[in-house]
Amino acid sequence: MSNSLLQLAGDLATGRIRVVDLTQTLSPDFPQIVLPPEMGQAWPFRVEEASRYDARGPGWYWNNFSCSEHTGTHFDAPIHWISGRYLPDNSTDTIPAEHFVAPACVLDCSREAAADADFLLTVEHLRQWERRHGRIPAGSWILMRTDWSKRTDPVAYQNIDETGQHTPGPDTEAVRFLVEDRDVLGFGSEAIGTDAGQAFHLKPPYPCHYYMHGSGRYGLQCLTNLDLLPPTGALVIAAPLKIKEGSGSPLRVLALVPAPEDGSRKKSVAKAKPAKPIKLAKRRARRTRR
Amino acid sequence: MSRRAGYDDVVVTVPVTIPYVRYSIHGAHRFIANGLAELLKRSGLDKSRIDGLCVSSFTLAPDTAVGLTQHLGLTLRWLDHIPMGGACGVVALRRAARAVQSGDATAVACIAGDTNHPDSFRLNLATFSQFARDAVYPYGSGGPNASFAFLTSHYMRHYGATREDFGKLCVAQRANALSFPYALMKKPLALEEYMTARAVADPLHLYDCVMPCAGAEAFLVISRAEAESRGLPYARILSTAERHNAFPDDPVQYRGGWALDRDELYGQAGVEPKDVDVVATYDDYPVICMMQIEDLGFCRKGEAPDFVRRNSFTVDGTFPANTSGGQLSVGQAGAAGGFLGLVEVVRQLTGQPLGGAVADARIGLASGFGMINYDRGLCSGAAILGGQGGPA
Amino acid sequence: MTRALVRPPRKNPILRTRLPMVPPGSRSRVALGLTAAAALGRFELQVCRDCKTVQYPPREACRVCLSPRLDWRPQDGAGELISETTLRHSNELFYRERLPWRLGLVKLDSGPTLVAHLHADCAPAPARVRVTANIDHAGQAALIALPEKDTPHMADDRQLREMTCDPKFRKILITDAKTALGQAMVEAVVGAGADLVWAGYAEPWKKPPGFERLSAYKQVSLVPLDLTDSRAVKSLAGEIGGRVDILINTADHHRNFGIAAREGVEVARAEMDMNYFGLLRLAQEFAPAMRARGADGQSSAVAWVNLLSIFALSNFPPHGTYSASKAAAMSLAQCLRAELAPAGVRVINVFPGPIEDEWNQSLPPPKIAPARLAADIVAALRGGAEDIFPGDIAQDWLARWRDNPKGLERELAAMPR
Repeated sequence: MSNSLLQLAGDLATGRIRVVDLTQTLSPDFPQIVLPPEMGQAWPFRVEEASRYDARGPGWYWNNFSCSEHTGTHFDAPIHWISGRYLPDNSTDTIPAEHFVAPACVLDCSREAAADADFLLTVEHLRQWERRHGRIPAGSWILMRTDWSKRTDPVAYQNIDETGQHTPGPDTEAVRFLVEDRDVLGFGSEAIGTDAGQAFHLKPPYPCHYYMHGSGRYGLQCLTNLDLLPPTGALVIAAPLKIKEGSGSPLRVLALVPAPEDGSRKKSVAKAKPAKPIKLAKRRARRTRR
Repeated sequence: MSRRAGYDDVVVTVPVTIPYVRYSIHGAHRFIANGLAELLKRSGLDKSRIDGLCVSSFTLAPDTAVGLTQHLGLTLRWLDHIPMGGACGVVALRRAARAVQSGDATAVACIAGDTNHPDSFRLNLATFSQFARDAVYPYGSGGPNASFAFLTSHYMRHYGATREDFGKLCVAQRANALSFPYALMKKPLALEEYMTARAVADPLHLYDCVMPCAGAEAFLVISRAEAESRGLPYARILSTAERHNAFPDDPVQYRGGWALDRDELYGQAGVEPKDVDVVATYDDYPVICMMQIEDLGFCRKGEAPDFVRRNSFTVDGTFPANTSGGQLSVGQAGAAGGFLGLVEVVRQLTGQPLGGAVADARIGLASGFGMINYDRGLCSGAAILGGQGGPA
Repeated sequence: MTRALVRPPRKNPILRTRLPMVPPGSRSRVALGLTAAAALGRFELQVCRDCKTVQYPPREACRVCLSPRLDWRPQDGAGELISETTLRHSNELFYRERLPWRLGLVKLDSGPTLVAHLHADCAPAPARVRVTANIDHAGQAALIALPEKDTPHMADDRQLREMTCDPKFRKILITDAKTALGQAMVEAVVGAGADLVWAGYAEPWKKPPGFERLSAYKQVSLVPLDLTDSRAVKSLAGEIGGRVDILINTADHHRNFGIAAREGVEVARAEMDMNYFGLLRLAQEFAPAMRARGADGQSSAVAWVNLLSIFALSNFPPHGTYSASKAAAMSLAQCLRAELAPAGVRVINVFPGPIEDEWNQSLPPPKIAPARLAADIVAALRGGAEDIFPGDIAQDWLARWRDNPKGLERELAAMPR
């Protein structure tokens, strides 16, 4: 094992590096994306018990479950969107595995989202963030922290009225900036959908899906605990299920985070001195072999 | 009127009662076997001499009369099974008499017997008839009580009968039963007790209903010549009648088939109602006794209440009826209830009563009624018998 | 005169619950013709096609001319009460527990004499009465003699209540109270005197118009319920299952596709998951408690209502997969009927024609309004039927199906898309 991995193992064991779980629990109560009734629907998470130490299986408990590829905390692959349908290595089984481990930049929009459910992240917000925390590195996840995951009431989480869903997201220019000027790995959000709830009305509709997937990048949705992450310095592990021609899958998203120097818990992280940006190798050329 | 053959050469003899018990763990076969054994013992006939058998029973299933031949070791030339409830005694007599008369058989044992388990009454009734299953039991009576309650209520309303009138018949029969050794009811019944007993289905109360039990009744039908040669006291068969589903268009039953047959019944016997010395009415409910009194010509239709008030029905009364107590006081051993009255009349006419004797009984009438298929008794029958020394 | 029903006192919790008994339920095959008519809310008797004699009890050949050509024909039930009795004793457990019980002997104007349950408001014989046929707790036709004209609180007669599933003073679960029909159903049972109505809803973030209004009723309690979620069904059953007297399953997933019109099985699967498996989940979780409470006092568990569709009877190809899901539900409801039979709980299947809602938008009128359908369901609960076909279309298709089911299949196939 290389030194840095040994070091990592040791740091994990001693707690100098912590593992933060960014994943919502998969349960039948977790809200599911709402599409107009005429459309094909995404299945909510459902469990059917097969046995529970009973006549159906005396010594064991197990379930069968069903859901959509886009249920709960989940990963969007480029093939999910029409703009990415012809790209190479665009499904969950063909995406290069090294893309499943990447640094993350966390943008704190919690105050803005609390004030306005339809808050749109703009280029200006990104530039403001960069002024404080440095240039967004290529190959990073951009995670939009809104504290939306703290809305444990499903009705508040969905936030739907007669005009549809109202959840925060990026605007078109912000997405294009991240794709064309910063070469990010993908975009992650806490709400259902990387795009804002009212993104149907943006140009183009759903710009985050359109441009991210259209350029071979990824999405993460229904994340939680983003408030436990530093603005930079977290390493995110997000590996979807290897579904043949999969458009995405529910997954476990983990972040490796350095523990605060003073040993205190996460709250102070956001106010700590900005860490130096971690320089990672540029995104490697895509492999053709799996 | 059709000229029917008489019964001159054929007689009924050896009246047998197998003592009744309230419940028994034995099957009907036991009581029928006991009846047959007693017939043989009292007649002196060998079992092999019996060449005809007529059986009635509700609890013989899954057997019918056929099963009994092997069960009891009988080889027969003539066999009949009479599923006619309270009319089975009269009908068995009719069948057996014609068999002996025609020579198809020479000695016919007629036996009715049933067992009784604590739940057998309910179980029997549940499969009694298709119409009862479809149109009566679902309504809750669990037996014939509701049908007879309708009948009684209707009769009371139309003809002015009172509960006291019915009570008088029940009280008299109880008095008759006190001397009958096999009666299950052994205490006298006063009218007040009859009136205040618990209600079953208005207007019927406890003492309007028979008590199901286990037991058997039997008699032998042989030629007159053989009876005389064996020295067996016998009764002559003067006439008989049988009718099924009489007056089908009556909305509710208030008369039975006897009304159609009584003229021919008395005509063939050559007697009139006033000549009858002892009567057995089929007494599943006292209202039916009243119907029989009317339809058998002892008074006009609707006048039985008055008849009851004017007469007395004990052994020593003006109209001795059900002189052993009838089913209402002796008990109803299933189909044996259809034989009970006939057997008692034979006893009275042959001078062998087990209880009180009707003085100078020469002419007797036994009536049968039964099979509440749906809302009325379908079978009716009657036999007029004469004592040994009476007119031919 | 029948007194108005009074709210029963609360149940004493230390007493064992009375087990349900049912009246004798065995019938000959020919007598089942009476039951078939009563299931549809009709009183029918056999009439000889040759000599016109009306027959009762049911039989295989005419009692007058022996013709086997006996047709079941509707009867008006008019007749005279010619005798009556009150049972004070019975060997049948069901009746034994409900004594005294009044019975009547009725001569119908059309001829036959019959034994019937006798409503307390019928005058003593002789009196004019009206005979109807209800499905009783044994699931068979029971004849009831009613007073010639309706009397006040007639439905509250103790004996008549044993043949009906009256919502009054009962607790009712309506599985989907969000749809127009669901909302109308809540209001209809509240209006019929229900004590408590659990109004089920799934996907709380979808709020259809009118749903919020239901919370204003003091009898109504909103409960989360998604019939596609086994755990949710189990959880609600654990919470309220032991109190539900009447369950009305209004949950319905309805789309407008046959086979070719929609690629993939996803829509059909969603229809089956709600309409068929939803019923199965509900039945597994709620039926056991209802079965045990079939005789639990005045407000006993008494009915299970399934909102099916006339399309269940014969497939309506434009809504072909939906029709199939309703046909599956209908078959399963028959299974449920058999399983609830020992408890005397009536399973009522409702087969409306197209309801006036968004999924039937493209179908021409006549369509049945949700309020009207809800009223018909309440009427079925108060009456004696178990299969109801509300609305003109349902009645028309039922008549065609009974007359010539293959003919109806062709007619529905020929209808314009």
